Amino acid sequence: MKLYLKFLSIHFRSAMTYRASFFLSCLGHLLITTNVFLSVVFLLDRFESVGGYTLPQLSLCYSVILAATSLSECFARGIDAFGRILSQAQFDRIMLRPRPLLFQVLCQDMKPTMLARLLQAVIMLAWAIGSGAVHWTTAKALVLVLMILCGAAIFFGVALINACVTFFTLEHVEALNIFMDGPREYGKYPFGIYGKPVLVILTFLVPLALVQHWPLQYLFDRGPAWYGLLPIVSLVFLIPCALLWRLGVRHYRSTGS
Amino acid sequence: MKKYWSFFKMRLMAGLQYRAAALAGMSTQFVWGAMEILLYRAFWLEHPERFPMGMEALSSYIWLQQAFLTLFALWNWEFDILESVKTGAVSYELLRPTDIYSMWMSRSVANRLARASLRMIPVILVSSLLPAPWGLRLRISPAAFGVFLVSMVLMVLVVCAYSLFVYALTFYLTDPNGIMVLSVAAADLLGGAVVPLPFLPEGFRKFAELTPFASMQNVPLRIFSGDIPLSEAPAVMGLQLFWAAALIFAGYLLTRNGLRRAVILGG
Repeated sequence: MKLYLKFLSIHFRSAMTYRASFFLSCLGHLLITTNVFLSVVFLLDRFESVGGYTLPQLSLCYSVILAATSLSECFARGIDAFGRILSQAQFDRIMLRPRPLLFQVLCQDMKPTMLARLLQAVIMLAWAIGSGAVHWTTAKALVLVLMILCGAAIFFGVALINACVTFFTLEHVEALNIFMDGPREYGKYPFGIYGKPVLVILTFLVPLALVQHWPLQYLFDRGPAWYGLLPIVSLVFLIPCALLWRLGVRHYRSTGS
Repeated sequence: MKKYWSFFKMRLMAGLQYRAAALAGMSTQFVWGAMEILLYRAFWLEHPERFPMGMEALSSYIWLQQAFLTLFALWNWEFDILESVKTGAVSYELLRPTDIYSMWMSRSVANRLARASLRMIPVILVSSLLPAPWGLRLRISPAAFGVFLVSMVLMVLVVCAYSLFVYALTFYLTDPNGIMVLSVAAADLLGGAVVPLPFLPEGFRKFAELTPFASMQNVPLRIFSGDIPLSEAPAVMGLQLFWAAALIFAGYLLTRNGLRRAVILGG
């Protein structure tokens, strides 16, 4: 853990060396996600509600997904850049060191600019709470925290699967971005909005609905209390991810370059 | 003229090499298009009376947007040009007996056409096979199709002229990143990428429609889907023509003065 914090401070400091460019790329990330939120605002301005959700409720929904993705993109950035680590044979070096492999990969790269999005998520969340999206209880507050943390874990798992695929293809497969960038963009609405097939895929295949759609039903008093526990169930998804990672490591042959 | 044409062909052929990337991009385009339509479907089923355009028109808009994404997306910058201005390598271009602005222009147009031509065909084919309100509607009168093609040409000119304007600004700025980031965000919002312009609140829409960003994808997509009737087309396309001319003029002047101002250091 101490080592991890050390790496974190290194990446943070290296990002801050070029201060202007750090803030510019923060601004760039922020503008993209602000546009996404504005699209919700504009559509709700015209239609008032969709699927029974109001604007503050949708703001809460998007802030959960945004917080989860930015956490996972900030800290699991090393996984994202895994194609490069493999093709430059840096993985050989990593395997020689007496520390867990995955831990080292995570330490290779971090993306502090993503914290700007986390800030946006916090602001949207505060606004949603302030305008009465939910009748709060302690249990609901806990569920909200669970949603964000488990959401970050699922996004991490998806990134891990993407990385494992590069063990076999040796180059990044862009098509797999569907499950990374897609939910970040379309998670602005509860996944149930998109109809049943989408909801089923995101419940049973990549369980993002378990950290977003279902627990939201509990938060908004539209579903039973046990929906609030589903984020914990979603963590089962990490088991096949971990198995695939092991398989990939065993399959690994250096590119030698 | 002939040298720009051969330069154009060269670029087009180089761009067509990236077939794998185009394939991968296509699969995401299908998913994006489908999700976008499913989203508007939810609004449409709930409040059809508040929908500013027909569902069929909207579906056509979204599928064409996915098909031509790389043609009009402002984030498709020519990083080679930017780098050459930043590093000063642009001075080599001065040795060539060609006008640098025209060469940049033909290069931008060619790269965009090459990237789009691979992706558009499968997206258009598959989406036109989808059932009625959800697919791309290909029934369009020959007159409307002609108008659509002209507005596409104007759109490509506006997009490229805007990009070139930003490259030319690089002569005067140390870091063009800020203006690029802002341009992309503005184009997404005001150009109808985030939400088609008819869905915007009335006052904001009127403002957005006057900006150069609305002269990009917004016009041809809405002409094709029938949201802009042929009677209104001349006015919107006149605005497109104005922005294309204004941006080309401004970009040309900036480039010429920038080159005159530039001091090339040896080494």
